[in-house]
Amino acid sequence: MKILVLISNVPDTTTKIRFVDNNKAFDTSGVQWIINPWDELALTRAVELKEAGGVETITVANVGESITEPTLRKALAVGADDAIRIDTKPKDAYFVASQLAEIAKNFDVIMVGIEASDYNGSAVGGMLAELLDFNSVSAVSGMNIENGQLTLTREIDGGQQKISVKTPVVTIVQKGIAIDPRIPAMRGIMMARKKPLKVVPAVEAGEKTSYVNFELPPPKAACKMVEEDNVKELVRLLQEEAKAL
Amino acid sequence: MNFEFTEEQLMIKQAARDYAERELIQDVLERDAKAEFPTKHIKNLAELGFMGMMVDPKYDGSGMDTVSYVLAMEELSKIDSSTSVIISVNNSLVCYGLQKFGTEEQKEKYLKPLARGDHIGAFLLSEPEAGSDAMHQHTKAEDKGDHYLLNGTKNWITSGNSASTYIVMAQTYPDKGYRGINAFIVERNSPGITLGPHEDKMGMRSSDTHSVMFSDVKVPKENKIGEDGFGYKFAMKALEAGRIGIASQALGIASGAFDRALAYSKERKAFGTEIANHQAIAFKLADMAVKIENARNLCLKAAWLKDHNKPFAFESAMAKLYASDIAMEVTTEAVQIHGGYGYVKEYHVERLMREAKLTQIYEGTSEVQKIVISRSLLRE
Repeated sequence: MKILVLISNVPDTTTKIRFVDNNKAFDTSGVQWIINPWDELALTRAVELKEAGGVETITVANVGESITEPTLRKALAVGADDAIRIDTKPKDAYFVASQLAEIAKNFDVIMVGIEASDYNGSAVGGMLAELLDFNSVSAVSGMNIENGQLTLTREIDGGQQKISVKTPVVTIVQKGIAIDPRIPAMRGIMMARKKPLKVVPAVEAGEKTSYVNFELPPPKAACKMVEEDNVKELVRLLQEEAKAL
Repeated sequence: MNFEFTEEQLMIKQAARDYAERELIQDVLERDAKAEFPTKHIKNLAELGFMGMMVDPKYDGSGMDTVSYVLAMEELSKIDSSTSVIISVNNSLVCYGLQKFGTEEQKEKYLKPLARGDHIGAFLLSEPEAGSDAMHQHTKAEDKGDHYLLNGTKNWITSGNSASTYIVMAQTYPDKGYRGINAFIVERNSPGITLGPHEDKMGMRSSDTHSVMFSDVKVPKENKIGEDGFGYKFAMKALEAGRIGIASQALGIASGAFDRALAYSKERKAFGTEIANHQAIAFKLADMAVKIENARNLCLKAAWLKDHNKPFAFESAMAKLYASDIAMEVTTEAVQIHGGYGYVKEYHVERLMREAKLTQIYEGTSEVQKIVISRSLLRE
């Protein structure tokens, strides 16, 4: 079984968010880039499955310019066998899915994080399945391979659902797919540079959306302290100001 | 000049940080309180390659450079210096010494399991009456023809109980003074070895420190490191490298305390504003940051020299002296910035302050570093 894990290159989750160009673009100066946390969990599960013997190869792919290569090499250090970078700026979800469709058609299982932690679009996985005419399963929190058969666990209202699916399939994975993202061992870090990282040109594809502008959330309101014996005031504040009651 | 780190160096720094922030932090306070050895963490860190970081991959090491080692030691020590000292002794005293001066057979038999982290190493130089004065070893290694016979006591041995492999310095030819000292690889389970009680230390409480007694311990001839009388020089060479590890540890203790003080000063309010807005606190933070950056540069320079096969004893002594002294200063200020909270265990800075103190003492006290530095200056 060949697995493709899609890797988004996102700002570190502690990044101070700023915008430029009349609030139409994210300010990338001084940003530290990481693997999108959901994609990192997907990759971790793929590596675990490979170690258990059910997976032939793990490829990671990203749509991005050369700035994303350290992120791909980290994925190689964690345990992917090879990486593909589609050399273009990721525009919108449709554009990204169109690029990925070109390479994803050769894999049995495509793993994609439920969303990327930068724009939280949650759209690429579904679009990709549609473009490829592959099955797709969302909200996947568990994946197993036994005797070449793929079994997935899905989170549903009030419980879990176990399903078996035919490949090829796009799995849209979320928290639970792996417990913690794998920390690369030093041997993996040293091997990463020797593993293939193929750069392929982008294909012609349109965009379906454009950004009008971004707004930062309003700053957090100051904390109001209520005297401990003034429950009446606390209830009033919760009711009238916070509208929580 | 190039102040850029490589992608691999940054990945190792991040790996160390991830492990420390995700795993070491979970039980660091409990292990400190109970003086409990970090068995699980050493096993995990060994799997990631931290126990033999700079050992050649042909001896099962990770083949990293010393700059990466400094970065990793700083990150681990920000959270847990008890764990990082076990790693430091294993890497920069034991593995470094064996890789540089051991025979092929010694490397095969002892270095490989140490580099993999299957075994832990300990370095036995200090004695009840010979700490800084390493030239006067009382432990004797009598030449008995086909083996040596060890008798004596070693003190303050990091990983004294957990280690499987000891490197022991002992006197074979008392009439030759320090030129009669030899270094030996001694297996911990050899008959005749007994341990003193676990030392109840002020800090670094999760690493196990013991005195080790040798009573007619037989050591095979082939376990001697280097030529006859090489032991003192071996110990000094190993300590030169070891200082980079402890300097980076002190750096980590300081930067860990600084990170906590900085965060706290932006949250805690007094006189109507965050305390960071008071110049008394802001200036403290500025002083701390400058000291940490200086210490980091000294550590990295010593590491860079070592990686480029240039002499580094002078620089590693300066790094160890400065980083350990500023670790004490920075952690004390971090406690001060935290006020009363700094004095309780939950906030970690009191522990970092206790840990900082040891970095001025072990692997050559601050005073010994000044001897090394001044002698080097006066020789020129």
